[in-house]
Amino acid sequence: MLTCKEITELVTDHAEGNLSFMDRIRFRMHIGMCRNCRRYVRQVKATASALGMLPPPEMSPDLEQELLRRFESWKQTRGS
Amino acid sequence: MRNATKRIGTATGEPAPGLDDAELVRRVRNGDRTAFAGLVRRHGRALLRFTRVFVRDEAVAEEVVQDTWIAVLEGLDGFEGRASFKTWLFRILANRARTRAAREGRSVPFSALANREDDESALGSDRFDGAGMWRDPPIGWTDETPERLALEAETRAVMEAAVQALPPAQRAVIVLRDEDGLEAEEICNLLDLTVTNQRVLLHRARTRVRQALEAHMRGER
Repeated sequence: MLTCKEITELVTDHAEGNLSFMDRIRFRMHIGMCRNCRRYVRQVKATASALGMLPPPEMSPDLEQELLRRFESWKQTRGS
Repeated sequence: MRNATKRIGTATGEPAPGLDDAELVRRVRNGDRTAFAGLVRRHGRALLRFTRVFVRDEAVAEEVVQDTWIAVLEGLDGFEGRASFKTWLFRILANRARTRAAREGRSVPFSALANREDDESALGSDRFDGAGMWRDPPIGWTDETPERLALEAETRAVMEAAVQALPPAQRAVIVLRDEDGLEAEEICNLLDLTVTNQRVLLHRARTRVRQALEAHMRGER
């Protein structure tokens, strides 16, 4: 039987699909019986998913303009 | 003269919607500016975020991004499409950023950092009793859906600050895995990490970011 502490240590490996078949069963058995761990696991998953919804930083318009300028000179050097 | 070829929309600078990367790359090879702008818009911001994993300074990060796109253009003919364009792009960036960091005397590889960064469990052991059961169990959050966590200005700020505060290797891994959604294997390649290191770093990082949210929900500062 896994302890609650062990669940918090295995939560990422479980979510990432890195647990062996037997460990997966043991993980699920604990989760099935422990409300606190269920909540913990849910919160870790929600955190990871929420991070995927954060907007990446904006590129400055200057940078974009500069890149297009560099593209033009690259095009020139390719010898039209 | 390729320049003489007229294409509809080339003057607008709008990224071509509905075209996949492979098609945009093909067009860029033919000198299509719109297609290049499309690639930059599609991947530019994620690339900038990844750059900041290596380089904290804003201006330097933009320089590295610029160098990367130029390297992309110069290497375009050699890009065979075996890896996805994004993977290829991120690899070029990782190489550039590493070179840059080395030049500035900060060339500690992530693998070395991985072993150095604290290895104690981020979740305090005082949260558990002697038998490993919860002594101080997690409290319920007002809203546990990812959408709300990401949209709510306060929780978003908490997560962003928590990621920023992570040790570099943990930050690198969580940005690539959770924010950018790269596969674990690809992250190992990009950061030159072992599979085990990558797993441990991701785990510590997620634990800490969840912790930061929990502290916020409990009203701690």
